[in-house]
Amino acid sequence: MSAPLIPNLFGVCEVLVLAIVWIVDQILYALAGLIPPLTGLAQWFDPVARQRLGMGPLGSELLIVLVTWLIAVTIIVIWATLINLLTMMWVERKFYSRLQDRYGIMISIWSLPFWPFNRAGRPTHRGTGYLQNIADGVKLLQKENLTPRNADSAMFHISPVLIASSTLMIFAALPWSSGFYVANLDLGILFIFAAFSLAPLGILIAGWSANNKYTLVGGLRAAAMLMAYEIPMILSVIALVFFTGSLNPLTIVRQQDRPLVSFGALSIPAWYVFSPQILGFIVFSVSMMAEMERIPFDIPEAEAELVEGWTTEYSGMRFGLVFGFKWLRMIAGAALIAILYLGGWSGPVFTTLSVGGIPVPIVPEEVWFLLKIYLISIVFIWISWSVPRVRIDQILNIGWKKLIPYSLGAIIIAAAAIASGLWSVG
Amino acid sequence: MPEFWINMGPQHPMTHGLWNMKVKVDGETVTDAKPEIGYLHRGYEKIMEVREFQKNVVLTDRLCYVSSITWSHAYCLAVEKMMGIETPERGQWIRVVALELQRIASHLMWLAAYGPDLGLLTGLLWALRERELFLDLIQLMSGARMNQNYPRVGGVRNDLPDNFEAMCRRSIEHFLEKVDNEYQRVFQESKVFHMRTEGVGKISAAEAINWGVTGPNLRACGVNVDLRRLDPYEVYEEIDFEPQVWHDGGAGDSYARFVCRFNELRESCQIILQALEKMPKTGPYRVKAPRRAEGEGYAKTEDSRGEALFYVIGDGDDRPYRVKIRSPVFCTMAATPIMLRGNKLADSVAILGSVDVCVGEMDK
Repeated sequence: MSAPLIPNLFGVCEVLVLAIVWIVDQILYALAGLIPPLTGLAQWFDPVARQRLGMGPLGSELLIVLVTWLIAVTIIVIWATLINLLTMMWVERKFYSRLQDRYGIMISIWSLPFWPFNRAGRPTHRGTGYLQNIADGVKLLQKENLTPRNADSAMFHISPVLIASSTLMIFAALPWSSGFYVANLDLGILFIFAAFSLAPLGILIAGWSANNKYTLVGGLRAAAMLMAYEIPMILSVIALVFFTGSLNPLTIVRQQDRPLVSFGALSIPAWYVFSPQILGFIVFSVSMMAEMERIPFDIPEAEAELVEGWTTEYSGMRFGLVFGFKWLRMIAGAALIAILYLGGWSGPVFTTLSVGGIPVPIVPEEVWFLLKIYLISIVFIWISWSVPRVRIDQILNIGWKKLIPYSLGAIIIAAAAIASGLWSVG
Repeated sequence: MPEFWINMGPQHPMTHGLWNMKVKVDGETVTDAKPEIGYLHRGYEKIMEVREFQKNVVLTDRLCYVSSITWSHAYCLAVEKMMGIETPERGQWIRVVALELQRIASHLMWLAAYGPDLGLLTGLLWALRERELFLDLIQLMSGARMNQNYPRVGGVRNDLPDNFEAMCRRSIEHFLEKVDNEYQRVFQESKVFHMRTEGVGKISAAEAINWGVTGPNLRACGVNVDLRRLDPYEVYEEIDFEPQVWHDGGAGDSYARFVCRFNELRESCQIILQALEKMPKTGPYRVKAPRRAEGEGYAKTEDSRGEALFYVIGDGDDRPYRVKIRSPVFCTMAATPIMLRGNKLADSVAILGSVDVCVGEMDK
């Protein structure tokens, strides 16, 4: 019931673009004094002049809309990769280091070798470690980009692009709050799953094209796992759709943003995890863990027997791309779990303050959502650093013999709950 | 897809050292395996012929850097038998303490390596953390963390330091607590760990004996063979301990091998505590060994990985005429194809990790 920090990403971008256009317009008017033909262009950009000339508002011009969309997409990509990806990598590396009784990464701003950071007497590698991943990225950029001689070069180069772009496509439809999204699709969840399932195809291509036995086995394992885990995941979402009646993430979250039962001031929210969907939630989380290739299910790149699995032959930043985007998929997976089952960005308390009639969020929706994403991810990290890796046949057994029957059971339970009137749609 | 060979080595995360396990896979199933060794062959038996008896201890330390003291000790024992000298009693007790400390350190290295083999990196860091305790104790005793050069022909290099007993007891108390509360939970009580290790890499007791498998790997097959019990050297007969043998069903699989080694950690701690108790507090720890010797000496000891055997012939010179080393891992390696066949590719790691390979002693 709190408000988003960004009420409408497109609107914010439009304001931004119009502000930039206004500045450009002023410059054009100033230049028009020297170069008279520029006056027409300046007037085309000037809202007042447009009105006088009987033209439509500037915001509806194709060029402006295009630039606005580009800025919106850029903001989401920067937000997802540059901020959240790096933070998630940092969280994971720091968290499992602590599990293993060590400090973990410690490179910070004070490790930079130039003024004003290299102060005398100050330890250089005793920071929080946030810059370690950037340092690793810079290292990977400097490395040579090798292509094996017998590799299928085109496929070998396409596959990282396929993996990276399909992962970024998820964020086109994935909302971060009720206002912070690029596209509000009616079939948003379906689109996200479609984008999610593209990466294993890229893994298969990568494994096959590198012409290496380790990558080949890794790629085939990814294909086998895709079969075993995509199906229960989609089936448990089908069970959820019985309840939601919609595939729009915004609608699904809005449905969960109400109290289920109230005990005085305290109330349990109507999150789908507190409904008969609990079985589906468990199936979905386990499948998502396999989808993210976290450790009990990370057999496509089981480094013990397959060196580095399907990523063995990649080097340089191409390796960084396929390696780092795992965390982006982890963010997307955790976000999906939060949206579908844990109430998305709906906060537990009323947190909007009214200042002069304008609702100001004290704890905005984005913060709740990020909190949930990071908590879910930490649970996943915790599990994956405490258990050994499961074998391929055992993974397929879990997928086919346990998760699929459970997800079918979840569908039956959901259908029964709707048919008996225990839970109403929407 | 037709069957094809995969090289698991010589540069591969699975191989703890420089060796190559060729496995033939049909999809994911291993149909055949062929260990290829010799990448680390340094010609130990030949080098030792040109060095004096006492100086060879430095070499035997490097047979297996994870388990230096046990190997040097086996060599010293053989040479002592050849020379016909006997270590003073306190020296023997100190040797027992050193051997068991080294055995724990070696088993912890194995435990540390077994973790990432199964994808459990936390196990690696935890086991290495506790190994540090025992390396510190060994350093206190001998002055070095690695390649200690501690056993000497005729005894040990130096007496124990004054605070050694107290430090030893404190470390062992801490370590036993960690074994029960942390390792036990992260390894033995983990369901995924059971899934990965139970029933894989099976070898029958008869086959294991025929192929010369010894040590914890043989005891995991249910055969009660421990040279410390059967053919006691030093003062092991005065110590009350139980060789760790797997008695239950499913003998000879990776899990049985794991449990045998894992319980040996606890058993070795008890041996050290007993030795500290029964050890004479003062006395000589070393006798002067003759420079030249003639005759044959033969010693077999229970190394961390199995039966280590040294056969030394002296021809009256100050250096051995011939040295023969029997490496337990060398023999175990010959039996690995039997363990591997029919298992999955991922199991090859779970199996070869559980037999505890040390390439230094294998290739000699």
